[in-house]
Amino acid sequence: MKQTKTTEMLVGMFVAAGIAALFVLAMQVSNLSSFNEEGNYTVTARFDNIGGLKVRSAVKAAGVLVGRVGSVDFDNDRQVAVVTLHINQRYNHFTDDTSASIYTAGLLGEQYIGLESGGSDEYLVDGSEIDEGLTQSAIVLEKLISKFVMDKASGK
Amino acid sequence: MLEWIRHLGRSGIDFFEKLGRGNLFLARTLVGVPEVLARPRLLISQLLSVGVLSFMLIAISGMFVGMVLALQGYNTLVDFGAEESLGVVVALSIVRELGPVVTALLYAGRAGSALTAEIGLMKATEQLSGMEMMAVDPLHRVIAPRFLAGIISMPLLAAVFSAVGIWGGYFVGVGLLGVDEGAYWSQMQDKVDFYDDILNGVIKSVVFGVVTTWIAVFEGYDTIPTSEGVSRATTRTVVHSAFAVLGLDFVLTALMFGDN
Repeated sequence: MKQTKTTEMLVGMFVAAGIAALFVLAMQVSNLSSFNEEGNYTVTARFDNIGGLKVRSAVKAAGVLVGRVGSVDFDNDRQVAVVTLHINQRYNHFTDDTSASIYTAGLLGEQYIGLESGGSDEYLVDGSEIDEGLTQSAIVLEKLISKFVMDKASGK
Repeated sequence: MLEWIRHLGRSGIDFFEKLGRGNLFLARTLVGVPEVLARPRLLISQLLSVGVLSFMLIAISGMFVGMVLALQGYNTLVDFGAEESLGVVVALSIVRELGPVVTALLYAGRAGSALTAEIGLMKATEQLSGMEMMAVDPLHRVIAPRFLAGIISMPLLAAVFSAVGIWGGYFVGVGLLGVDEGAYWSQMQDKVDFYDDILNGVIKSVVFGVVTTWIAVFEGYDTIPTSEGVSRATTRTVVHSAFAVLGLDFVLTALMFGDN
């Protein structure tokens, strides 16, 4: 009887250790803790060019992570990219003339969307759309270089 | 020449025969699983020998794998001034690949071979046919609890391996090499996705658990009942498990991470 008790004890500890390890992985290692899916509202924005922006790319305001990119799609009629942003419910004071720009973290880093509030009294709510005049596309390095080369060539 | 072709044909037939027997065996074992759940005592004693006794091996291996990854990763990353990404490198390589794969290989060597030898010896000493004489199906009584214990143990062991490995990387990276502690964890949390990375790693380890345990118990059950037969079956368990795990790992990785 004592033998089975020890066995049960050891097995119990083993299972608990395994589940605890899984829990640690979920909470400490992955992004599950920092961002939950429920408390979000969704805003769409249209960009001429999104560069390397991907689903789950960061959405930042003043450098702080406020949400993530939910989906990236192509608007067939207007020939622009449609990006939905899932923004955390806590950050609900972005004005409806907020501008959205695509930046790059570091020289070769990932691309993210930077939000900057305007001066309006109305706030962005679930389902709002950021005006196309207020979005700034990603800077594509090749375009920049070719523009620079063109300028140089025409300047001579 | 003709002899050679005949030989090829024979080994082909043997292979498919064995595969068929293996599948029938698996089906009959799965039928026995509910019976095991009704008698958890059988399962618990198998969990002890399959899971608990592999625990220290897995934990210590995970620790060293994490430490080595941190050392190697640091040496490469420091050239690019990107040593802050060490946490991402360690976490992703362990959670996605090394955790499930190394755990499965160690498990096949530690627990799989023991299962084969145990069952093979039961067959050689005619304990299995003795059970059949008493109208006890050895597949339900002997095989099913071991099979189930293997499937339960593997994801738990792989999770332990991953968690310990990441802490091992932390000790070396942050403690020894001076990577910033905040950067180690925050970049890791930023880049490691729960569903894409951790859950896929768990799925991998469940698949490896099924396959390695299946191979181990089948080889034991299918052994030639002599001491030489048992020794060959044990060797085959380790070799086939290693092939199956590494091959399946490629397939699973291509399915899970191939599209991005």
